[in-house]
Amino acid sequence: MTDPAVISRSFGISRSAAAKAPGRDAVRDKGWWRAHRFLVLRRLSQLAVFGLFLLGPLAGLWVVKGNLSSSLTLGVLPLTDPFLLAQVLATRHWPETSALLGAAIVIVFYATVGGRVFCSWVCPVNVVTDSAAWLRRKLKITTGRAPRGGLRYWLAGAVLLASAITGQLVWESVNPVSLTQRALIFGGSVAWGAAAAVFLFDLLIAPRGWCGHACPVGAAYALIGSKGLLRVAATHSSRCNDCADCYAVCPEPQVIVLPLKGKAGHGPVITDRDCTNCGRCIDVCGPDVFRYTHRLDSKRD
Amino acid sequence: MTLNRRQVLQASASATTAGLLAGGAALLGRPALARPAQALRPPGAIAEADFLGACVRCGLCVRDCPPQNLKLSRWGDGLARDVAIGTPYFVAREIPCEMCEAVPCVKACPTGALDHRLTDINQARMGVAVLIDQENCLNFLGLRCDVCYRVCPVIDQAITLEKVSNPRSDRHAMLLPTVHAEHCTGCGKCEKSCVLEQAAIKVLPTAIARGELGHHYRKGWDATNQGGRPHFDAPVQNLPAQPVPGDLAPLRSGREAYDPAAAASANATHPAGPGQ
Repeated sequence: MTDPAVISRSFGISRSAAAKAPGRDAVRDKGWWRAHRFLVLRRLSQLAVFGLFLLGPLAGLWVVKGNLSSSLTLGVLPLTDPFLLAQVLATRHWPETSALLGAAIVIVFYATVGGRVFCSWVCPVNVVTDSAAWLRRKLKITTGRAPRGGLRYWLAGAVLLASAITGQLVWESVNPVSLTQRALIFGGSVAWGAAAAVFLFDLLIAPRGWCGHACPVGAAYALIGSKGLLRVAATHSSRCNDCADCYAVCPEPQVIVLPLKGKAGHGPVITDRDCTNCGRCIDVCGPDVFRYTHRLDSKRD
Repeated sequence: MTLNRRQVLQASASATTAGLLAGGAALLGRPALARPAQALRPPGAIAEADFLGACVRCGLCVRDCPPQNLKLSRWGDGLARDVAIGTPYFVAREIPCEMCEAVPCVKACPTGALDHRLTDINQARMGVAVLIDQENCLNFLGLRCDVCYRVCPVIDQAITLEKVSNPRSDRHAMLLPTVHAEHCTGCGKCEKSCVLEQAAIKVLPTAIARGELGHHYRKGWDATNQGGRPHFDAPVQNLPAQPVPGDLAPLRSGREAYDPAAAASANATHPAGPGQ
């Protein structure tokens, strides 16, 4: 975590008129595609994951069975959500090998790739939270206050404790990630309430409230990917013109400050575990300050 | 790392919020313990309280169910309102379990919420069929319906037809479908095929369907249930092999009192024994 003393809550966003339409300069300087490519690629990635799950029930092509909680790809590759498996273990039920193996594969993958890649490139709720943030900017809603970023880690611990006490998978009654995805794949309408709740919470109550501050699933992926390789770096920070567009679009703006400004002797790589590796800052930056790189790349100009 | 007062206060605020949220989520899951009787779990499902901690609600069992009778609870649609959201169940009256020999649903379960030790589907105990409404069952009315008996995959073991006299006519038989819980898998074929508007035979979760005998009871006729008590397969009294003087039984039968001398002479004149 970054030193809380350095982080201010406004990040100077209000002083920039451009922040109301972040990315306008980038479109002018780099063209539409280069100002949106990671956004488009992320949506394609989310759609592809969703499409693979839907291919079975809709077209009878069973590439992937199950859902994000646990799935089986091509009949051989098991994948299981690690936070969910942690809850199962907290209830003192010892699962079959396929669930353990599935969680191990997921953990190894995200620990290597790094960051909360799941949150920004796979999770269906990301679309909801991004839409809410977009509408917030459009409608110029500036009210509301997000809970502290550390809440999600407390919540992850509390959920595991509650699972151990009640013997149930506590988070699965409310988890918008699995509720939404299951509703999409297996049908069901009431579960849409979960997505709507996240949208309204993010829009009216807390900016980037759910994914950025509360979701314990994201917290688990943050911990798993905290030492991963793929990182965004402010390599060309000397080009920065302080337009603050990156802060405006970043779902976790506190992670940018130190690497961009090089404060407290910080290198250019965004190493904060809360960074989702979404790459939106790379898109909206007109002078191309940011780029994807590996975490040991300390080049800066 | 040193903590100042501000950080401690912030942490405790976060911890409290987290505790309240997790507690709320736990409370939201509590009603799921009262699963409706018609919502049956797939074959091999472990006890409900453990099941809710083991099932990750991935739907892999649903996908591998050939008759597509399993579904995931989605809240809101009638029965499913009280089934923990995302967990698999089936309703026997809609689509019963086909009792696939390969038990694909159990094999698909990644967590063992469906116990992988179940390899013989005949050992599945999804519930127990109960002929719950004898007043409307056609066989109890003296007709020959027998449908539940005939569709039973464990016919003549899980359901038998017990012949009793029909007291209304005094010359006809009633063949009463009788469930033997020991063999019933709870597949629900009987409930599905019952011809009545509402099934007279229903599959209920075992905990609802079955009684439990007092643990001190010993069935004397059950050789496996002796528990160190006296055996009753030998006669209760050791009756003498030979008739004894003073035996009153012949008197009660209206015959003469037993006399050993007369008996000896009778045996001598009629060597083939009495009765000729």
